[in-house]
Amino acid sequence: MKAKQQRQIFYIVPYGIWLLLFVIAPLMLMLFQSFTTSNGHFTLGNYGAYFGSGTYLRMTFNSVWYAFLITVITLVISYPTAYLLNQLKQKQFWLLLVILPTWINLLLKTYAFIGLLSKTGTVNSFISFWGVAPQQLLFSDWSFLLVAAYIEIPFMILPIFNSLAEIDPRLSQASHDLGANKWQTLRYVIFPLSMPGVKAGIQAVFIPSLSLFMITRLIGGNRVITLGTAIEEHFLVTQNWQLGSTIGVILIVAMIVTMILTRDRVRKNIRK
Amino acid sequence: MKGKFKWSNLYLVFVFVLLYLPIFFLIVYSFNAGDVMQGWDGFSWKHYVELFVDTRILEIVVNTFLVALLSSLLASIIGTAGALFIYNQHNQLIKNIFLSLNNILLVSPDVIIGASFLILFTVIGFTLGFTSVLLSHIAFSIPIVVLMVLPRLQEMNPSLVTAAKDLGANNWQMLARVVLPVISPGILAGFFMAFTYSLDDFAVTFFVTGNGFSTLSVEIYSRARQGVSLEINALSAMMFLVSLLLVLVYYVISKRSSKGKKRAGTRLVMPATEGL
Repeated sequence: MKAKQQRQIFYIVPYGIWLLLFVIAPLMLMLFQSFTTSNGHFTLGNYGAYFGSGTYLRMTFNSVWYAFLITVITLVISYPTAYLLNQLKQKQFWLLLVILPTWINLLLKTYAFIGLLSKTGTVNSFISFWGVAPQQLLFSDWSFLLVAAYIEIPFMILPIFNSLAEIDPRLSQASHDLGANKWQTLRYVIFPLSMPGVKAGIQAVFIPSLSLFMITRLIGGNRVITLGTAIEEHFLVTQNWQLGSTIGVILIVAMIVTMILTRDRVRKNIRK
Repeated sequence: MKGKFKWSNLYLVFVFVLLYLPIFFLIVYSFNAGDVMQGWDGFSWKHYVELFVDTRILEIVVNTFLVALLSSLLASIIGTAGALFIYNQHNQLIKNIFLSLNNILLVSPDVIIGASFLILFTVIGFTLGFTSVLLSHIAFSIPIVVLMVLPRLQEMNPSLVTAAKDLGANNWQMLARVVLPVISPGILAGFFMAFTYSLDDFAVTFFVTGNGFSTLSVEIYSRARQGVSLEINALSAMMFLVSLLLVLVYYVISKRSSKGKKRAGTRLVMPATEGL
């Protein structure tokens, strides 16, 4: 018994220090900052400034709206992909090919789009070949949505694929035997059973989409401002950490709400 | 029927082209003799030559790998200790509390992690630079290691530990001779995940890096803001190869460690991209 206690103490010391110093303390400090003035006095002014300002509220609404659009776009592309992948032979291999791009540094993928979409870039030379005048593709809402969706697609495909793979094939056979056509089987049997994967995918895409800031800068050209951009701006540019922390707390709340809404009995951590 | 099949394959081909186009685009242009990602002026290695004489980039590459290596090593040690602690904890409530605390950093957006670490380092008066980046990378890698090691511990036959105890092994012998060998595939997988997370991270590093120190992601970000340079394409091609190699290693490890189990390979995990 004594040996066991010694062992536990030996394990908890490094791990506990990490928990206290890097998990609990930073979040507490952030919460604390959001309730202080720049001199360290207690205030509710930051939250007042946030909720009293039309700009911030509009920014938050926009951020949620864009995250929603990104989630919908990735879902629409990913569900059929996951469904079709699941019917292939060698599906593990194809799945690996879906996952591979996520291992490539995100900055590099975003950088590729700068080349593809720029005014003299490949897409524009391609469309001008067809007689269309070059368009301003970069620094638009569309380019932001495109790049964000591109990056998030694998994170949506994987959980949906996994939940589809777990469905007992006999269920769709049974549905077929009972006279359902392919569409009915998909609609009433497969889709409801794959909901846990869809929810996990939404969670894995929506939360990061709220906090994107690198893509808004490089691709969105600061036209799109998300909660993440606002936090970065307040911490690193205007140095107003108190207001930055306030927005951070709001982002955390938004994250928790999303997680509660998409919670499922069978929790599978697919992202990270 | 046959026609329908072709349509579905066409869709998959379309998705795969979409996924890989930007990456191959970058790599192809790294061999362009011209200086922009546009047109094609012939094949050339000149951007690779530029890359290899750019001492600043080379120094940053070394820094990035050093941070990744050190942080994943230390995170593997601390994470394994954490997993062992959680595994040995029999009180279900405490166990769940620790598991939830462990997962906080996994679900938090990178911006939050970066900003809150920045507050932490400033409050305790820590200078930003190599050490602050290293500490942050260790911090966000630990929960990954815990999640990779815990399932191995749960699959371990508990009689092994009891037998070792019966045979008179002390704590250290039990750990080094019995437990660690059994869970080593999990630790290795955790190490590799932590390594790729660290290589990939941009947002957290961006917040805690200060002025003097830079990693590849941060450097690419600042260069990309100034405009396109094909040297970065050459760098991407090299990093693509490194990523490919890491995936292969990771794949082999996870295949080997889950040998004989039916779910082999489905539990591939992806590196984080949050907040970028």
